[in-house]
Amino acid sequence: MLELAGVSKHFGGLQVLSEVDLCVPQGTIFGLIGPNGAGKTTVFNLITGLLAPNSGRMSFEGQDLLRQKPHQITRLGIARTFQNIRLFKEMTLLENVVVGTYRHMDYGLPGLLLGLPGFRAHEARARARALELLAWMKLDGKAHDLADNLSYGEQRRLELARALATEPRLLLLDEPVAGMNTGERAELMAEIQAIRARGYTILMIEHDMRFVMGLCEQIAVLNFGKVIACGGPDKIRSNAQVIEAYLGRDDEEHDVAPSAVVCANDGDAQ
Amino acid sequence: MLEQQFVNALSLGCIYALFALGFTLVFGVLGIINLGHGAVFMVGAYAALMTVIHLNLPLWVAIIAAMIAAGLAGAAIDALVLKPLRKRGAPHLIPMIATIGTAIILNNGAQAVFGAGTLRFPFGTVPEEALQIAGVKVTALDLGIIVLSFAMMAALLLVMRRTQFGRALRAIAESPKAARLLGINVERLFFVTSLAAAALGGLAGVLISLNSNAIFPLMGQDILLKGIAVIILGGMGDIRGAMLGGLFLGFAEVLSVAYIGSDMRDAVAFGLLFLILLLRPQGLFGKVVQRKA
Repeated sequence: MLELAGVSKHFGGLQVLSEVDLCVPQGTIFGLIGPNGAGKTTVFNLITGLLAPNSGRMSFEGQDLLRQKPHQITRLGIARTFQNIRLFKEMTLLENVVVGTYRHMDYGLPGLLLGLPGFRAHEARARARALELLAWMKLDGKAHDLADNLSYGEQRRLELARALATEPRLLLLDEPVAGMNTGERAELMAEIQAIRARGYTILMIEHDMRFVMGLCEQIAVLNFGKVIACGGPDKIRSNAQVIEAYLGRDDEEHDVAPSAVVCANDGDAQ
Repeated sequence: MLEQQFVNALSLGCIYALFALGFTLVFGVLGIINLGHGAVFMVGAYAALMTVIHLNLPLWVAIIAAMIAAGLAGAAIDALVLKPLRKRGAPHLIPMIATIGTAIILNNGAQAVFGAGTLRFPFGTVPEEALQIAGVKVTALDLGIIVLSFAMMAALLLVMRRTQFGRALRAIAESPKAARLLGINVERLFFVTSLAAAALGGLAGVLISLNSNAIFPLMGQDILLKGIAVIILGGMGDIRGAMLGGLFLGFAEVLSVAYIGSDMRDAVAFGLLFLILLLRPQGLFGKVVQRKA
């Protein structure tokens, strides 16, 4: 469904991604993991068109993603959430989700100005759909509250509802459970499984290993801008390179061990 | 006497509010202070005058022509000046300085074409009829200004609050990046906003030139300062604030002329404004501003 082939990105002299290949099959929950600074969020920024790769190919359902603007990519059917939540805090929950239906606005400016019937029908449809999504995320009781007043877990769920409102087929989640407590995590895990069950494909970045291993059917591990492993949770868990990337090399004969650990952590710079 | 001043103040305040509306819209959505807004105001006034003098068309056509001409000027500024700066990710001060440049170009252009002198609408353009309401003379012009202004303000509020288009603009105001990723064509809406804001500015330009019957190349510069004061008073980027702030300034000016003296007009008006901001630094409807880069 989503394919990246040989994608590279550098910021000035800093090579962030080199020759990344990624293939997300339709209907899966796909995890993208790796130490801090491995380039995971950069992958999302490339897919959604916020950044352009220096080389490589990217396609979604056979359509080329290169040189498409972010709003065009959203219209192709890719939606995302952010690591640092970006809600519209001065709007109500309902308005936040209704904005997500924007790409289906078919009445256009003249219809708006003339108050054509299509306009009213569209507004009604958008509201109905938004309420449905809010109910799905168990936020319908607060539909008319300002988004600013939500708890952290609720903000994450609202962001999810808003992303779903764009009617995507592929959903990119950037650290969906960051900052959540155990109860909220378990709830969101069920939520994500429910979303997949409705036919969405999910690609997520996550640090919480229990969450990733419990949810994802396929996992790609990124370290220093390279994919070092790809496969099912069991394969990833036992992959020597992955263990090394996360824990450092446990190899006392060589002096490299401490520096490997330091390097893995140093990735924070990005 | 007081009632008469009330009508004058209302009609002047409405014009200020209309002017400030476009100003605040651009600030709210594009995040820049558009110092070229006074120039598009002037473009509107000249466009109306030309429509009346050279095309011999009635006033209402001239008003529409003014909005179109000013709107096109605003759209051109966005496409030729602001858009290239956005593409390069210029920080907020740079487009502001660039709009000073566009204002100078438009002002000097008007001076070159129409001369530096004051032009007036030919006699008879402005309807002379007046109503007597409870002993107060309300001219057709005052009535037109008030009705047209309130209609525009109500329409804008309704669009912003109740339509997908308005919600998209508010989304952009909060985070252009998030808006983009929801499928909103942010560039296109920036363009439409610039156009609509300038059209409102052009409308204010015709109305004030009918009110004072004076059109000159630098007419936009005075009101530019007032417009900045009004949107600061109202709360930057807030539509209701721009309306109330405009009305407030209109009343402060008219009443200070009537009861204190015309020499003191600006001193009193801006003095009051300063006092209000001492009590409420964020403006009437403003929130403590936190803009993300």
